[in-house]
Amino acid sequence: MAILSAYRTTVGKKIVMAVTGLIWVGYVVLHMFGNLKFFNGAGDGLGTINAWAHFLRVFGQEVVGYAGVLWLARVVLLVALVLHVATAIQLKRLNGASRPVAYQRRGYLQTDLPARSMWWGGVFILMFVVYHVLHMTAGTVHPAFVEGDVFHNLTVGLGEPLAGAFYLTAMVALGLHLYHGTWSVFQTLGVDVFDRSSAIRRAGQALALVIAGGFMLVPLSILLGFMR
Amino acid sequence: MNLTLKVWRQEGPQAPGRFETYAARDIEADMSFLEMLDIVNEGIILAGGDPIAFDHDCREGICGMCGLVIDGLAHGPRQCTTCQLYMRNFRDGDTITVEPWRVRAFPVVKDLVVDRGALDRIIAAGGYVSAGTGSAPDANGTLIPKPDADAAFDAAVCIGCGACAAACPNGSAMLFTAAKVSHLSHLPQGQPERYARVVRMVERMDEEGFGGCTNHGECAGVCPAKIDMGVIARLNRDLLVATLKGGG
Repeated sequence: MAILSAYRTTVGKKIVMAVTGLIWVGYVVLHMFGNLKFFNGAGDGLGTINAWAHFLRVFGQEVVGYAGVLWLARVVLLVALVLHVATAIQLKRLNGASRPVAYQRRGYLQTDLPARSMWWGGVFILMFVVYHVLHMTAGTVHPAFVEGDVFHNLTVGLGEPLAGAFYLTAMVALGLHLYHGTWSVFQTLGVDVFDRSSAIRRAGQALALVIAGGFMLVPLSILLGFMR
Repeated sequence: MNLTLKVWRQEGPQAPGRFETYAARDIEADMSFLEMLDIVNEGIILAGGDPIAFDHDCREGICGMCGLVIDGLAHGPRQCTTCQLYMRNFRDGDTITVEPWRVRAFPVVKDLVVDRGALDRIIAAGGYVSAGTGSAPDANGTLIPKPDADAAFDAAVCIGCGACAAACPNGSAMLFTAAKVSHLSHLPQGQPERYARVVRMVERMDEEGFGGCTNHGECAGVCPAKIDMGVIARLNRDLLVATLKGGG
């Protein structure tokens, strides 16, 4: 009950944003790491992305069954996403209501593009996630989806310039979102103390660049013709 | 120097406001922004008009009474109070837009004067130590580590001007509230009520209609007392602990 009553406050809502966001940060780190196996080539030999996809399904199957861990992760991610988005909408409405009369002139001293793009960038990333699941997980909007052949799905799916460009744009948005969001997690959970240029802030920004850059390697290498 | 002012004029809380344009002539660079407004007001009064209403008191940067949004920045471009902003920061011929703090929780009283009672009510919700402390205690009667004393003082310098909320893209008063929370949460006298205090103050802040913090940092950018956003992390942590303790 204490947790629920804390959620009533703006700060409590921010804690929900931070924890659910942190879950997704952890997930995209793993996802990006797995994607890099794409560069080990086609087939399902050791270290390939197809073998990695297979491993994610058989991992822990003695206990929870085939793809059990994967589905567990998907449920956790979905719950975190729904909470993250629902809370963001509530906070957006509260924040919008706090200034009924806008300034005639508006100046800024501190805030930056990543901080100011959190809302619309987040909306864009959400649209991308829906498309991405239909494209690479369900395969319904993929031109030639083959279950289990991730390498093929990637080279064909991202070989389309429009799809590849959409992926790259989404990763720019993700990088901006994490640039501000990762550090904000620690600020909201109260870890950052009395130092605006602290190691936590720098580490969060570096992580955002590594994640966005790592993700972009795959579509870039396909679009530029290095991987086929 | 000669300037053009675009000033928000509003007869009363319910009246619709509008911008009026005034010429500020023969302004000296060493005048403060408020002195410049005084001269403009003298001209308005001599012409039989209603002078521009604005808040001011000590005019030496310590009381927190003055506060104007100047060209879109709370207290203007220099991270000082409006009374400490000098006209040498502007150039001859500039057009300057002057607006009141625009936050729902700070209703306009008249022209550039807003009611900042919301900040008082946040303090009244818990920003104090309720134990009777008698007369002033002996120095060092209660030992406080130097880093704690410094951290408490860095937060205690808040003058309550409200520029943080005026500058915040979300209209959030987190820097103000967190400064008081952080001040008391670093001191032994603040410990007994530490977690109840943060919950009550945050709830009051929300009830007043302020927005939430999204870590833009505009508040710290304009704060004339130069309070750091670290105080907000301190508030967040105290609220998190209060929640886990069931104090929420």
